[in-house]
Amino acid sequence: MTDAPFILDRGESLWRQRVSQFFAKPSAYISFGLLVLLLLIAVFAPWIAPQNPYDLAQLDIMDGRLPPGSKSMDGKTFWLGTDEQGRDMLSAILYGLRISLFVGVVSTFFACIIGASIGVFAAYKGGKVESFVMRLVDLQLSFPAILIALVLLAAFGRGIDKVIIALIIVQWAYYARTVRGNALVERNRDYMEAARSLALPRSRILFSHLLPNCLPPLIVVATVQVAHAIALEATLSFLGVGVPVTEPSLGMLIKNGYDYLMSGKYWISTWPGLALVLAIVVINLVGDRLRDVLNPRLAK
Amino acid sequence: MLAYLIRRVGQALLVIAAMATIVFLSIYAVGNPVDILANPNADAKEMAEISARLGLDKPLWEQFGLFVWNALHGDLGRSFVFNEPALKLIIQRMPATLELAFVALIMSIVIGIPLGVWAGLKPDAWSSRTIMSGSILGFSLPNFWIGLMLILLFAVQLKWLPSGGRGPTTNLFGIPVSFLSWEGLRYLLLPAFTLALYKAALVIRLSRSGTREAVLQDYVRFARAKGLSPTRIVLVHVLKNIMIPVVTILGLELGSMIAFAVVTETVFAYPGMGKLLIDSIGRLDRPVIVAYLMMVVVIFVVINLIVDLLYAALDPRVRLQESEG
Repeated sequence: MTDAPFILDRGESLWRQRVSQFFAKPSAYISFGLLVLLLLIAVFAPWIAPQNPYDLAQLDIMDGRLPPGSKSMDGKTFWLGTDEQGRDMLSAILYGLRISLFVGVVSTFFACIIGASIGVFAAYKGGKVESFVMRLVDLQLSFPAILIALVLLAAFGRGIDKVIIALIIVQWAYYARTVRGNALVERNRDYMEAARSLALPRSRILFSHLLPNCLPPLIVVATVQVAHAIALEATLSFLGVGVPVTEPSLGMLIKNGYDYLMSGKYWISTWPGLALVLAIVVINLVGDRLRDVLNPRLAK
Repeated sequence: MLAYLIRRVGQALLVIAAMATIVFLSIYAVGNPVDILANPNADAKEMAEISARLGLDKPLWEQFGLFVWNALHGDLGRSFVFNEPALKLIIQRMPATLELAFVALIMSIVIGIPLGVWAGLKPDAWSSRTIMSGSILGFSLPNFWIGLMLILLFAVQLKWLPSGGRGPTTNLFGIPVSFLSWEGLRYLLLPAFTLALYKAALVIRLSRSGTREAVLQDYVRFARAKGLSPTRIVLVHVLKNIMIPVVTILGLELGSMIAFAVVTETVFAYPGMGKLLIDSIGRLDRPVIVAYLMMVVVIFVVINLIVDLLYAALDPRVRLQESEG
């Protein structure tokens, strides 16, 4: 499989070839299927969830801290128990997953675009610009992401938008480095010389010739980074500097359950945690598979 | 070498100065700590008094100038909440964090190297595959959740270990440490293990690839031809050679462990500097936040500087390259 020919068969596009390579391993169906399922759940959470966990009119404080499987005052079943305000944990998790995935995907998307543009520009320019950008990248990457994010959020305050901005600032450097490394190789290729000798405008050379050829490793990094971003957001929210209480992500839900953990009320923290772990593992598995397909040289 | 030393130290000071500016401006430009510190019924006059006492009524550039001047004299301001020098508060809590980081470091080596060497010797065995999948989990799972689950299992369900806090301490050269007594060690086990997991995953990867490379080398083949037992080859010849990269990387990672202890300390209510940082962010206690961050920046810069200088001392090519570029 890894030796799949790179010569295009007539009638079969590169894209279709890659797709069939991706699914050559049966386990890829499972991880990809789970990922699609999680995304669907996140998108349609308001329609699937048994209750709207943030509509206070639907909550009854008498239902607070019920263990999984208990009945509510009006006869509904809380399959995963309730939190201290009588909120159905299953609904809270569905909504929390929505927020966690949203933060992870959006921040990664923008960080990827910003980082990749800076990286490809630096590689193309070379010289002083490149060494300045790369010094900056090295400096930022020498500090752990969690610390930079903490400083930023201590300064910004809480909020989904602020978490996303902090995660973009934390992540752009990875993409800049990945793209720049790849662009250094690509910029000496023949097609680049051809583009330059045709005297194409610089922006066109950069964005329609150089960047597309740097994409495959970028896609792999971006997929895995979504999982990192989700984990980082959960950690920040757990520390109390992430999302606000009114829009809890999975990390916030775990934090809410933390106080009840000692008294044996495990479900408030455990179920959101498992949902978080499932999301992170599934994204990593898909990312690994993509790495095998898009970058055969790095395959284990 | 001297020219390289001066340049490199100069760069390090520049980084510290730049980070000081960024940290100060980002922490001081937003929020008003007076709102949190003042009694809710305080009128405008009382608020102004508090503001003046903390020096918050001055323009930002003046506050910054004062901060730089005092910082150069080793004074990073007084905590708004404790009314004690911020640096003192941090240094008081530093032994706890360093102890946690060191115990975690040792745990990650003790867990990581044997597993990594095993996976490197038998790359295709199912046990090795399990180890490698485990190391991916160690990398990607959120650390705080693992900590919570360990508390749930060992403290709440089994009641073997305490769920948090720091155990009794004994003085070692005047520094309070808790690893010398069993009771103190019991408090350290869970947080240190949680903190160690991520680095253990890293050590597994490093020692696996190191072992896979080493077993193909001539000296291993020679040792085998000489009739040495496989155990001796692995324990003496292979292990020695993979230790070099592992120790280098772990030395570099010590700084990130101290930073990551913020999360572990919060989960286990462990009274170290990380817990202090999170509490201070919640209370808008700016001088403590700034002092903590400056402390960590200095630790990072110093670790990087030492590693770079050691490399330059050992490998002349590094200094030549630097002076050319």
